[in-house]
Amino acid sequence: MPDTALASGLRVCELRDLGRLRYEDALREQKDLEDRRKRGLIPDQLLFVEHPHVVTMGRNGKAENLLASEELMERAGISFFKTDRGGDVTYHGPGQIVGYPIFDLREWKRDVVGYVRAVEQSIMDALAEFGIRGERFEGHTGVWVDGRKVAAIGVHISRWVTSHGFALNHTTDLNYFKYIVPCGLHLPVTSLEALGVQASRERVLRALAGSFARCFDLKIYQPVPLEEQALENRQ
Amino acid sequence: MIDVVMPQMGESIVEGTLTKWLKKAGDRVERDEPLFEISTDKVDTEIPSPAAGVLSQVLVEEGKTVAIGTAVGKIDESGSPAASAPAASGAPAPAPAQAPPPAAPPAAPAAQPTPAQAAAPVPPPPAETDSPAGPLSPLVRKMAREYNIDLKQVRGTGAGGRITKQDLESFMSAQGAKTIQSAAQPPAPAPAAPAPLAAVPAPAVPAPAAETTAPIARGEQPRTRLEPMSVMRQRIAEHMVASKHTAAHVTTVHRVDMTKVARMRERNKDEFKSRYGFSLTFLPFVTRATVLALRAFPLLNASIEGTNILYHNDVNIGIAVALENGLIVPVIRNADEKNIIGLQRSIADLAARARSRQLKPDEVQGGTFSITNFGSFGSVFATPVINQPQVAILGCGAVEKEPVVVNDAIAIRSMAYLALTFDHRLIDGALADQFTGKVKEILQNWSEEVL
Repeated sequence: MPDTALASGLRVCELRDLGRLRYEDALREQKDLEDRRKRGLIPDQLLFVEHPHVVTMGRNGKAENLLASEELMERAGISFFKTDRGGDVTYHGPGQIVGYPIFDLREWKRDVVGYVRAVEQSIMDALAEFGIRGERFEGHTGVWVDGRKVAAIGVHISRWVTSHGFALNHTTDLNYFKYIVPCGLHLPVTSLEALGVQASRERVLRALAGSFARCFDLKIYQPVPLEEQALENRQ
Repeated sequence: MIDVVMPQMGESIVEGTLTKWLKKAGDRVERDEPLFEISTDKVDTEIPSPAAGVLSQVLVEEGKTVAIGTAVGKIDESGSPAASAPAASGAPAPAPAQAPPPAAPPAAPAAQPTPAQAAAPVPPPPAETDSPAGPLSPLVRKMAREYNIDLKQVRGTGAGGRITKQDLESFMSAQGAKTIQSAAQPPAPAPAAPAPLAAVPAPAVPAPAAETTAPIARGEQPRTRLEPMSVMRQRIAEHMVASKHTAAHVTTVHRVDMTKVARMRERNKDEFKSRYGFSLTFLPFVTRATVLALRAFPLLNASIEGTNILYHNDVNIGIAVALENGLIVPVIRNADEKNIIGLQRSIADLAARARSRQLKPDEVQGGTFSITNFGSFGSVFATPVINQPQVAILGCGAVEKEPVVVNDAIAIRSMAYLALTFDHRLIDGALADQFTGKVKEILQNWSEEVL
């Protein structure tokens, strides 16, 4: 990108890899950053995290899309949370790349659907780097490959500041999706691994960071290198 | 009075679903305080109040979808007792926490940043009953509250040492048995798996410290994994048991010489593939022979209705297709009107669409007889379960070259077993064997040209 573009207003975005973190802890971190973003204390944030097994349900979630009782999930070591994001029920777990963009859309476009489309585009662009052709599926937000969902999206917006985000299956054990009807759709899921991609988490994060930067006109700044952050958080 | 309207949240958005009112009619609200939530395409958005006052009217209920610009509620600015003081700035009201709305939602202040003045920016985590080992499920929390259990005394055996319902139950039964017993460890939970396993000489795996009260080591692999059946699996399970309860299953097996068919297939398969784009298998030959035999013995193409026999004039053949985690039986309609090419095309098409889950509902209904090709996975013969409400199913085993006696000499022939499972309520052994014999005769004396 030419320097003029840089000068003419790429916004700054901080990238943080939280590594493996429990859903509720990541949520607290996220809400804290969202609050600080709303008060203009920090620039846009792009968080990456990997959750232990957890099933979450959005505001519009339907109980019938949980195929297992809370008790059964508990026995299987899966926590359960109701959240304030859009969308139905979803699963997060090891091997999945969860991204939480905390963006102030007033500095981009005041368009919530436009935001979701741009998140999809960013994921599709990142997948393209690994030779995977991700697609949109009219009426079913997310990123799909050959009729299988590889990334789910669920967003919350308050005063134009976004939270929650997307979950991209990297090396996810897809068996865990059997506990739910993902997003309320009886359609199969897939992962980068299942699609034959053998890339490290760090490589996929880099690809995502790059594609988000391009789609949202961001200059992504990394306070600490990804690997070190991940190490710190895993200690 | 100020109208609160459904806002425009983006260029392409023409309507929104009001998912939740964050205030009730009669509640006081500050300017910019989150008032309601709307949902559009996987995005939940909090909408701030356009003014300070009292939410005097709610015009659109939760769950309703309305066009942009529609008034969803009304705010009475004069009705706000405190509205005068803080005025514009949009700063939080001086003491919204004091004004006690009697039915205020308990807890959960963390999410709403509004009342957090400069004072304590980081709200304390709602730590109330979290166990050291991790989050507690609502069920465990509820039980602990109901039975007044001190969770610190309960040993968790769930993932990462989490406390599960079972842990609470065994804790409670232990407490019941030994009224006092405080500091001592509660006895090992009875229903848990480790004890019996420890008794078995575990090969290679380091035994979990046998009979001592060794708690389950953190990070140890669980010995079982529990997961719910998919909807499809549940349907298959019901269907199979229902069939076994309904029909009197008997299986008869015939050995068939497939040499002629094998030669026919060998001769045609390359040209077939290049001409039609899919491979020629044994299955359309078996299907074709079955269709002809069904025409000769229509009782095999019937079903039972109470004490009546329902004969089907159409021959609709269900073909069992194995899926990744299940099984489906799409139907070739009017299979008697198709030749080998037509049958093979239908089989290839239905199987492909079954695997990509693109079958239409009517393509898995209306079968009058089924065929299962267990030979494709190497089985020689099996005893299939009847696909209700049909009365028989034909299974075809793997075609293998074998030495057989032909005209008192030993020859190498391509042999296979045909297994017919029939419902003895309607069909007797003699008829079943005449039918299978007919299928066998057609296959052994194959004369129809393929191309």
